[in-house]
Amino acid sequence: MEAMQIDSALTGEVGDGSEDQVLTFTLADEEYGVDILRVQEIKGWDSVTGIPNTPDYIRGVINLRGTIVPVIDMRLRFGLPPLEYGPLTVVIVLRVESGSRTRIMGIVVDAVSDVYNLPEDRIRPAPDFGGAVESEFITGLAGVEDKMVIVLDVDRLLNSRELAVMDSLGE
Amino acid sequence: MSIDLSQFLETFYEESFEGLETMEQELLNLESGNHDPETINSIFRAAHSIKGGSGTFGLDSVAEYTHVLETLLDEMRDGRRAVTPEIIAPLLESVDVLRDMLTALRAGEEPDPAPVAASRQKLEAVLGAAGGGDAASAATEATPGAPAAGWQIRFRPHPHLLQTGNDPVRMFRELAELGDLEVEVDTDALPALANLAPEDCYLGWTLTLRGDVAREAVDEVFDWVEGDCDLTITPLDSAPPETPSAPAETAAATPSPAAKADAPAASAPAKKPTRPAEASSIRVAIDKIDELINMMGELVITQSMLSQLGEAEQFGPEHIERLRDGLAQLERNTRELQENVMRIRMLPISFAFQRFPRLVHDLGAKLGKQVELQLSGEQTELDKTVMEKIGDPLVHLVRNSLDHGIETPEQRRAAGKPETGIIHLNAFHEGGNIVIEIRDDGAGLNRDRILAKAIENGLVGPDEHLSDEQIHDLIFAPGFSTAEVVSDVSGRGVGMDVVRKNIRALGGTVEVHSEPGQGSTFTIRLPLTLAILDGQSVRVGKEIYIVPLIAIIESLQVDPEAVKSVTGAAQVYCLRDEYIPIVHLAEVFGVQAEARRLEDGLLVVVEGEGSKIALFVDDLLGQQQVVIKSLETNFRKVDGISGATILGDGTVALILDITGLIGLSRTRATGSDATRAA
Amino acid sequence: MATILAVDDSASMRQMVAFTLKGAGHDVVEATDGVDALNKAKGKRFDLVISDVNMPNMDGITLIRELRSLPAFKFTPILMLTTESTADKKQEGKQAGATGWIVKPFNPDQLLATIRKVLG
Repeated sequence: MEAMQIDSALTGEVGDGSEDQVLTFTLADEEYGVDILRVQEIKGWDSVTGIPNTPDYIRGVINLRGTIVPVIDMRLRFGLPPLEYGPLTVVIVLRVESGSRTRIMGIVVDAVSDVYNLPEDRIRPAPDFGGAVESEFITGLAGVEDKMVIVLDVDRLLNSRELAVMDSLGE
Repeated sequence: MSIDLSQFLETFYEESFEGLETMEQELLNLESGNHDPETINSIFRAAHSIKGGSGTFGLDSVAEYTHVLETLLDEMRDGRRAVTPEIIAPLLESVDVLRDMLTALRAGEEPDPAPVAASRQKLEAVLGAAGGGDAASAATEATPGAPAAGWQIRFRPHPHLLQTGNDPVRMFRELAELGDLEVEVDTDALPALANLAPEDCYLGWTLTLRGDVAREAVDEVFDWVEGDCDLTITPLDSAPPETPSAPAETAAATPSPAAKADAPAASAPAKKPTRPAEASSIRVAIDKIDELINMMGELVITQSMLSQLGEAEQFGPEHIERLRDGLAQLERNTRELQENVMRIRMLPISFAFQRFPRLVHDLGAKLGKQVELQLSGEQTELDKTVMEKIGDPLVHLVRNSLDHGIETPEQRRAAGKPETGIIHLNAFHEGGNIVIEIRDDGAGLNRDRILAKAIENGLVGPDEHLSDEQIHDLIFAPGFSTAEVVSDVSGRGVGMDVVRKNIRALGGTVEVHSEPGQGSTFTIRLPLTLAILDGQSVRVGKEIYIVPLIAIIESLQVDPEAVKSVTGAAQVYCLRDEYIPIVHLAEVFGVQAEARRLEDGLLVVVEGEGSKIALFVDDLLGQQQVVIKSLETNFRKVDGISGATILGDGTVALILDITGLIGLSRTRATGSDATRAA
Repeated sequence: MATILAVDDSASMRQMVAFTLKGAGHDVVEATDGVDALNKAKGKRFDLVISDVNMPNMDGITLIRELRSLPAFKFTPILMLTTESTADKKQEGKQAGATGWIVKPFNPDQLLATIRKVLG
């Protein structure tokens, strides 16, 4: 499947304000955002190779031009009802800062939604959900027009223990 | 211009370590009576290069130490000093000292000065006169220059001067930079045109150099033509008389030009090498690169042929034929390119063998044994990474052969063998593997003692019947050691089990064959590279896994009669008197298998860490070489999986970690149900 | 600028010399010993040859002698790189036809200063 290079789609807008841009995607009826500078590319969903004995939200690994990249289903990660993968289902390939190195990971989302300029002061801290929601992955909430965008902290989200246990044991 | 010399340091370290290997080897050659001048020469050259490089790159402690070493070697080279064992011992020691110094410096640490000083003292003792006049202090004794009004220089080149590459005009230009220069040409020696040899120099010059110019500066300009000309340099008459104390004072106070020029070099060591110590590089023979370039050329030709085909307006049958040819060619190019790229990482095993002459020499002396080391197949190549990791197991095995295999001269004589034992290291390629043999003509393994010890340790039941091979193999069992007295030579705590473990970690095997009284042979088989693996693809449901070929003993159709159930919870397969646990890959990995009954699938018997299991899979697919990709780069380590690879269709397949799987299946064994049994 | 043949069996020294010379705008051809250098010198012209003395296969002194016998190198400046600052080595080199020498250890600035002497 053709990979759409996000760079080419956005380079025109990458200026002084690029650090404030978020790419949003939908999961069920919710809209989530990630720092656009962390987005490497957006791919259509393709088959993955399952990894044994891992949580169900880790869908498996894909071959991204010769490197092995894990793919995480965001619906399952957040405990939302699973969705049959369709033509709109996409994988957002992200760069994750993991200790001293950068790892590449893919997240499966319902669909890519939009790109917004969201300066830091427009992002409100998330309220305390009292453990019902894993709020440590959430940078904050922002209102855009009449919608609410949940801005995610990519590093926290994708460095949780299931994804990167015992880095010290790795080579 | 300021150039960061540290960028050359890594190369310097690498070639110095290589040089030290050479020195060591050649010193051992010298000791065994080979006094070939080229032997001494290459030892000298190695020390000389280290001295030159260390001085240039600011490793002054190394340069200083090597200077003493070089002086001694120079005397040996010139035949001024006889080669005796008394000289070789401290020289061998100096190889170790240098190696330690360089290792420390490379890691950004200061070398331990104590062994350096001790070794230096020994070398100086051999040299006779400790200290000795060094060249540097001699140089400063040259006539100290005094400031003068200037110099008059009478310069009469000999006819051949131009043929030394020296050019008077350039020299004058240099002088002119020192002060005001007047040049007067003297044509007296110019012959008649008919007699003139065009390549000779007939002119003479009288030069007047005015200014506060030191005599050394002038001398330096003419340094290279000394002997190629008549030269007289006199202070200009008008120079004020020097005060008697002046020469000494100026020599001390103002550094000579030579010393001044040295200053930048001296400040270099303050700069720490910024390169990480582990940054490793590889030296590649030019012919390998040339081959790669050739292959790239072929690939480009294939590519252009294929792209031409793609541009064809109409695609007829003849195009299909050419397309097929082109693709076949592309496949061949790609394969050759891959093979040759891998070859870049390949080094001859002589790099790993090099340390053994010294080791055997030192150890034999320590144990009071006479041993001759024979090497063969040193040019056999293997991957650099494998080479680095096989070093320690090899050392262990060679030590073991020396310590436990080879007997003392008395014992050998009593057994009717030559007093000198032989350890033979051999390497060769076999299939996609490299085979390394360590053979000794010693006493061989003591079957009875091994068996007694194994029974004592509970490794073997008292009534078990084992073949000789099985008994010999026990020496690799964890915690097994027959050495009656733990010597400081082979293994204190580290046993053969560790050797086997390390070799297995490289995807290799080690086995021993032994004949009482005749000796033992240890055979190591290793994959040539860690980047590529020979794999067997197996299918479980929709999943495809790669099983390392080296781990596979055999694959078989299930004979239901041979399947036995153990306490109703586990199954074993009876194969030639052995009971092998059956592991359902689908269960261990939690995937859906196709085959419900054992008869519908296949068993792949694999071995890891000395244990065997029979993997139950749906189907065997092809065998192929796969390029190993790490899962950890972007993800993490997964139990039972050693990595991943990309299949021909671009999808990812996981590579099984057999040892890990055995562990995994053991932890599950208790909980698994046996209802799948036929 | 100038085309220079740099000969040294030590890779680090050769790299340093070549890097320094290239940095000063010269073209540099590298050779690993006398034999290699002679092969690279034949049929070509160089403005300068810088050679180590102690090398395997063919040492620097022999190389200088061989080069001088080639018409193209009759007047070419040839410098030897030597740690042996003793008179006899220099003399041996000179007799073979060396123009001059650079005594190791040296740093890039010293190297450039010395070659300026012969390149003018």
